[in-house]
Amino acid sequence: MFRGIQESKTCARVCFWNMRVQVLYFGVLKDAFGSESEVLELAEGSSVADLMRIYRGRDVGRAGLWDSIAVAVNQEYTQAGDVLQEGDEVALLPPVSGGCAV
Amino acid sequence: MRIEITDGVIAAEEIVAEMKAGTDGAVCVFDGIVRDNTRGRRTLHLDYEAYREMALEQMRGLAAEAVAKFGVRDVAVVHRLGRLLVGETSVLIVVASAHRGAAFDACRWLIDTLKKTVPIWKKEQFVDGAVWADGEPFPSDIGLPRTSVTGAQSADGEPFPDEIVASKSADRLVGESVDEPGVDDVGRIR
Repeated sequence: MFRGIQESKTCARVCFWNMRVQVLYFGVLKDAFGSESEVLELAEGSSVADLMRIYRGRDVGRAGLWDSIAVAVNQEYTQAGDVLQEGDEVALLPPVSGGCAV
Repeated sequence: MRIEITDGVIAAEEIVAEMKAGTDGAVCVFDGIVRDNTRGRRTLHLDYEAYREMALEQMRGLAAEAVAKFGVRDVAVVHRLGRLLVGETSVLIVVASAHRGAAFDACRWLIDTLKKTVPIWKKEQFVDGAVWADGEPFPSDIGLPRTSVTGAQSADGEPFPDEIVASKSADRLVGESVDEPGVDDVGRIR
């Protein structure tokens, strides 16, 4: 019981203002970060553009890569102004190269 | 419609045979295979990976759109992931239709659109190193507008004018460059 109250207090303090999203990396980004995904804590009401501002500060060894990526939220392409929600699955997608050679 | 992502060999002949029906007058097949070089650099193999669930959903959407847009009877789109050797099929597109014109057009549209929008990537393993293939720029309705992402960043300066971005895209469409020249150019200017 006591534990339950303590948890809810923590949640009220932390979760009310912040939310967590899972960010997936593919292709060149997966190699650059050495990871397939990461949990990111953002301010409530953050947009895709806000999230990208955080990432643009990270060096991935390829100039201009951040200008070329697309973002999917819950497996659908999204726009910069779209607002993220707690628990969203965000994917950072470098230009795709499936299919065959040119 | 047969829409699949597979880790095994694509049984191309079998799939093509299954796609034929009595009302069809044409079956157009695109069999994308692994080439032994990129711009003369010898390729050992390719490793394909995908954002699997989304890629499958995108492929389903493209197939439905092709049927609606070109009026073809049926479509199969199958993509393989994992390590592929020279000569192996990475993607198979089959379009069955009453008439050849629609079948050709739909087939061409499907592979061209798939290569720009379906989240699949390939890493090329050459004799002297490996590199993620550059890929084609995302269509404007999918990629993030540069202004909305960079607008609030005071340190980054103004976004490049459209003509610079457009010429960068044109350069990259010429071939799957390994060194990503268009992007490097932008980086140097900046």
